[in-house]
Amino acid sequence: MKIEVRLFATLRKGRGKKVYIEEDEGLTPKDIIDQLKIDEKDVSILLVNGRDGKLDTVLKDGDIVSLFPPVGGG
Amino acid sequence: MYGYNGKLLRINLREKTVKTEDLDLEKAKKYIGGRGLGTKILMEEVDPKVDPLSPENKLIFMTGPLTGTPTPTGGRYMAITKSPLTGTVACSNSGGHWGAELKYAGYDGIVFEEKADSPVYISIENDTVEVKDASELWGKTVSETTEALLEKSPEKSKVLTIGPAGEKLSKIAAIMNDKDRAAGRSGVGAVMGSKNLKAIVVRGTNKVNVYDSDKLKAVFSDSLKKIKENGVTGEGLPTYGTAVLVNIINENGVLPTNNFQKAQFDKADDISGETLAEKYLVKREACHRCPIGCGRYCKVDDIEGGGPEYETLWAFGSDCGVSDLKSVIKANYWCNELGLDTISAGATIAAAMELYEKGYVKDDELDGLSLEFGNGEAVVEWTKKMGRREGFGDKLAEGSYRLAEMYGVPELSMSVKKQELPAYDPRGIQGHGLQYATSNRGGCHVRGYMISPEILGEPEKLDRFSLEGKTEWAKTFQDITASIDSLGLCLFTSFALGAEDYGELYNAVCGTDYTGETILEAGERIWNLERIFNLRAGIDPKEDKLPKRLLKDPIPEGPSKGWTHKLDELLPKYYEARGWDKNGIPTEERLEKLGIDDEGLAEPACE
Repeated sequence: MKIEVRLFATLRKGRGKKVYIEEDEGLTPKDIIDQLKIDEKDVSILLVNGRDGKLDTVLKDGDIVSLFPPVGGG
Repeated sequence: MYGYNGKLLRINLREKTVKTEDLDLEKAKKYIGGRGLGTKILMEEVDPKVDPLSPENKLIFMTGPLTGTPTPTGGRYMAITKSPLTGTVACSNSGGHWGAELKYAGYDGIVFEEKADSPVYISIENDTVEVKDASELWGKTVSETTEALLEKSPEKSKVLTIGPAGEKLSKIAAIMNDKDRAAGRSGVGAVMGSKNLKAIVVRGTNKVNVYDSDKLKAVFSDSLKKIKENGVTGEGLPTYGTAVLVNIINENGVLPTNNFQKAQFDKADDISGETLAEKYLVKREACHRCPIGCGRYCKVDDIEGGGPEYETLWAFGSDCGVSDLKSVIKANYWCNELGLDTISAGATIAAAMELYEKGYVKDDELDGLSLEFGNGEAVVEWTKKMGRREGFGDKLAEGSYRLAEMYGVPELSMSVKKQELPAYDPRGIQGHGLQYATSNRGGCHVRGYMISPEILGEPEKLDRFSLEGKTEWAKTFQDITASIDSLGLCLFTSFALGAEDYGELYNAVCGTDYTGETILEAGERIWNLERIFNLRAGIDPKEDKLPKRLLKDPIPEGPSKGWTHKLDELLPKYYEARGWDKNGIPTEERLEKLGIDDEGLAEPACE
């Protein structure tokens, strides 16, 4: 299966805006973060298909994972 | 006297007289300062039914007790008046350095009365306060006025001014200070223009006294540590400014696009904080005593200046269907120069674009300039025409509600109480939508920033679609925000600080004995006072609503697809949480509990 990973703000440094990950079944956002060598504490917001996701959510083919460091504004 | 200077300036513009009055300290501490105290003074001195642009309306500039003190972000001032845009109480808040300078000159605030018979500006250097002729400044842009005044004023003076938009009484005109900081919302710039008051230049050399400087040092370093260690205030905002929100709001499918017809913009990354930082950012800027420094300073072609903020990127960007970041930066520049609120200005052009798209506005009105969604260059030109009321820009200067009303379709204005909604589609953020509907100054995101828990996860992550607990959250956010504003601190500190922290800062500076609980209670007191002003002004509680589109038309695509806002379910619970009756009128019991029953406020007239 193929997962689209979108990276934002400081998480783009050295990784780019978008990464595709192809894996067998059972992949989770936690696995993705590890693969991309992102420190878990640097991920403040995790979305799966635009909805609140969890580190251990089991992903499906075609899912989009969006990762953000702590950001805010108004 | 600690924190407060204990002095108010009262300037009668018709008679050109300047008086210095003692501040009623007991009243000041009850309403904290800034927004709270300013509203209290407005209530006492102005009939809420006054025509906002008449000489009988007053314009009050008020600092907080922490403005100009060694507290993190302690530098803000507010402009309080009756809004010509909404007819509600207006309180627009700004950073920069002007507010602290007013404090150093020895004043907590200024009350402007009446109207000058010709343009004037006010010159303040400590005790010397003069009303001066401004006929040569009238018509000048914000930077031209600022530079002209700095040239003839003492070194280190700070300038607050309106641009041509305020002079021409645009209902979405801002008051600008330090060139690119804005008390932007609710048309406060038009009130200043209606008084023929162009600018206030101030220089102060006094210090603000602090009650317990040892305690303040400890409290200060504690709060500074929290701000530095918090991911948002310590890293997110300093690195990317508010602009970083474009992508996150878009990824959630709540970035209003083409005047809220859609909630996701396929070219969001082109107008994002990341792209801004990569292509156009020159430097960061910080307001007075701010450890965060979220301000951006950008350069594009022959234009450079402060901003743009997230709201501006959205208003001129996705809300107008524009992905050309250069044009958005230019539109922001012209808002700053002409003195327009970027949110209302961009959102009004977006509404005009939908009016054009649907055939209400026709080409024969437009002098050959495009009004199609997506045309960035046209957006820049419309901004200039709006600020100077040229051609169709004259209609734009009235704001989106009055514009859409002229064509018989006010429902195409995405506004609450006639003030344009900011950059978050409430259909996918239920608590934030409740906050929009109930804000005391109409469509506004900074009266209770529910984006923080519902999207950003601060202080904890809430399900943005759920209604559970949202009324209490909205109330708490509204109350604490009223206190933060009134103290003279920046709302962004609240990503890192809580009610107790604000109480401790206040106590160390002023010798008060506030707790977290009483800070929240003071905010609630201020909220109710604003509500009573609005009721007396004739604002029907039925105006606690959202545009029909957001209640009836589901978001058409993206992660929030299918959602409408559930205001009907939330609003009765909100009134209950506020201790108001089912019609949204504050009850005597609640006003008594808040200690504002003895001030002739218990029976708010509402016809």
